[in-house]
Amino acid sequence: MTAALVTGLGVISPAGLDTETHWANTLAGRCAIGPLTRFDASGYASTLAGEVPEFDPREHLPGRLVPQTDHMTRLALLVADAALADTDVDVAALGEFGVGVVTASSAGGFEFGHRELEKLWSRGPEHVSAYQSFAWFYAVNTGQISIRHGMRGPSGVLVTEQAGGLDALGQARRHVRGELPMMVTGGVDGWLCPWGWVAHQASGCLSRSTDPGRAYLPFSADAAGYVPGEGGALFVVESAESARARGARPRYGVVAGYAATFDPPPGSGREPSLRRAIEAALADARVAPADVDVVFADAVGLPELDAAEARALAAVFGPYGVPVTVPKTMTGRLGAGGAALDVANALLSIRDGVLPPTVNVTGPAPGHELDLVTTAREARVRTALVVARGHGGFNSALVVTA
Amino acid sequence: MTRRAVITGIGVLAPSANGKKSFWDLLASGRTATRRISFFDPAPFRSQVAAECDFDPLRDGLSHQQARRMDRAAQFAVVGAREGLADSGLDLDATDPTRRGVVIGSAVGCTMSLEREYVVVSDGGARWLVDQGHAVPHLFDYLVPSSIAREVAWEVGAEGPVSLVSTGCTSGLDAVGRAAELVVEGAADVMVCGATDAPISPITMACFDAIKATTPRNDDPATASRPFDRTRNGFVLGEGCAVFVLEELEHARRRGARLYAEVAGFASRANAYHMTGLRPDGVEMAEAIRAALARARTAPDEVDYVNAHGSGTKQNDRHETAAVKRSLGAHAYATPVSSIKSMIGHSLGAIGSLEIAACVLAMENNVVPPTANLHEPDPECDLDYVPLRAREHRVDTVLSVGSGFGGFQTAMVLRRPERSAA
Repeated sequence: MTAALVTGLGVISPAGLDTETHWANTLAGRCAIGPLTRFDASGYASTLAGEVPEFDPREHLPGRLVPQTDHMTRLALLVADAALADTDVDVAALGEFGVGVVTASSAGGFEFGHRELEKLWSRGPEHVSAYQSFAWFYAVNTGQISIRHGMRGPSGVLVTEQAGGLDALGQARRHVRGELPMMVTGGVDGWLCPWGWVAHQASGCLSRSTDPGRAYLPFSADAAGYVPGEGGALFVVESAESARARGARPRYGVVAGYAATFDPPPGSGREPSLRRAIEAALADARVAPADVDVVFADAVGLPELDAAEARALAAVFGPYGVPVTVPKTMTGRLGAGGAALDVANALLSIRDGVLPPTVNVTGPAPGHELDLVTTAREARVRTALVVARGHGGFNSALVVTA
Repeated sequence: MTRRAVITGIGVLAPSANGKKSFWDLLASGRTATRRISFFDPAPFRSQVAAECDFDPLRDGLSHQQARRMDRAAQFAVVGAREGLADSGLDLDATDPTRRGVVIGSAVGCTMSLEREYVVVSDGGARWLVDQGHAVPHLFDYLVPSSIAREVAWEVGAEGPVSLVSTGCTSGLDAVGRAAELVVEGAADVMVCGATDAPISPITMACFDAIKATTPRNDDPATASRPFDRTRNGFVLGEGCAVFVLEELEHARRRGARLYAEVAGFASRANAYHMTGLRPDGVEMAEAIRAALARARTAPDEVDYVNAHGSGTKQNDRHETAAVKRSLGAHAYATPVSSIKSMIGHSLGAIGSLEIAACVLAMENNVVPPTANLHEPDPECDLDYVPLRAREHRVDTVLSVGSGFGGFQTAMVLRRPERSAA
């Protein structure tokens, strides 16, 4: 089976509007979590988020796209542009239907939807935007990316909350292993508006801390919820044949293994399924646990879920058996963008031989047998595992290799 | 040996049709389920017609807790999954939950609950900074539609791969296509898959009003959905779900399951043209059809029936007719083509799975469902659309197509299992 190479990547995160800024801030351990600025959150139970730095969409996108896109889709379009520029590909040269798009989003263009709901209910149906029918729905990023870049191959959209970024990569790899030269794939989310915020608060998973340095402390004894964020990462995933034929260097690595499982229903007494997802992804990649150089953990930041993940990692790798890191402690959890961002972090770790840190956490809580990377660590990285869990029981694991 | 994915159970909830049998009775009779909207006062809207399901969560078997926490689309899916499982005869306790997965398609997820709760927390749209004090505990589940797949996974005890597919109006085909790929690859032996949508709410009506996609034929709701007719002027919104048990062929054979149909080929393409517009030539849909037939090792002239997207908008029906001709050649004129949206409306993401159910039942009965309300043929749509009355016709191989906002074009080939085994 042909290898699925990552030949380009793009990142937009609270830590930076481009890959290298994000990566430099991440390695420096700069926490990008802060008080919400997009709206006045002072009256809400949770007030901290990882917001992408302000930018003017008109500087990056054609004027006609701005009124018809939600903030989330603008983020996605910027990242797709960056990923494609990174690999310098002529899409048209790969055949009429040679490039497809599969993305993940967990909540769609929610702020756009919020504005239109307000118009509908305060002023009447005739005030609702002609763009509402497609600006808010979950498929919008895939559709807009395919249109902007003329990508007419197989398209897809997956929604599995935080696991979505990995599931999209898994689907893209399926196409590339089939007959397709190239896919653009990954996850981007961005729903930071009052309506999205109140809906997310209802999960009961958000930290109520007002101290950015103390709000999201996964695996620590003080874990009490997470901070949400926005952004994500998209990748150019390409068959080895296509990369060779167009003379592209295999720059980042290989999507070597992937698996997804689901947790048993609550109260069933059966074991959670995360460990099985990790083991299946490693087996799929033909990699032994001892070959894994770093794990990018899901790290919800809630004691019970942290304990389940720590147990799964210790069971697969042995106690303290592998470096585990959570750079999302600097950005918050980005929904479908979070695990995609971790895949970018993993590929950059391979490129630069360094593990990004977990910030604000001094060490794991008693009982979590984890080698938690709390300061950036130089390391030869050939194989990295990214773990993600979507709210409600979705487990996905993805292995990238050099 | 190559693994194959076969449908062994069907659950359906459709407008005026609860359950597989009543669904087929409706389609075979050519009756329509499109009516004036009853869920809210449609007077302020341009389009006031929809196809609503007769559904009551408690009457239809859900617990009080399920009825409270789930959006209507999730409730549909769980009820559909129960019927599908019962129909398949699969014994959950006798099969491995880790080899069982779920893929549910939905275009707009929990949109009804989101709007209902928005109205509360915004106090009727009066406050941008919505009121957290009136947020219900299940609001996050409505924000992330993956909760629908979770509910189905809990219902059927799935511990394999679970996901929600949301590719707009092709979601129902794409979800079953993805499930078939997972079975064929070996990621699971049993996939509970299908699609659900319950979009009949003011915001959905308003957003389609704004682009005149839905019909304004409010004076005659029962004939408002007119695919391929010269007088068509937009689609009629619908709701519902279809959920299947999809199983690896040998797994199904070993337990002596009834084999409805093999998902023999599936492909999707994007038109990369416009979020809502279609080029009249249908090139991308034709390519999806070509690729799905190739995957199924099926020649164009082996297609016995084409289940059309047939939404009843001016541009769709023309686009689709062109795509079918482009991909099937002369055989396009020889094979019946029909749109069940003429009877049950367009339930966005759900409809693709409802159409798969219609295809499988057409195969089982050797009857092709009609296109209702087709009285005045459009010269631009010149295929055999099976107007008004169902037709007896040997159906072994079916092509079902879908087209959606975002530019998605999907084709699926379903085949009578005896032929698959040959």
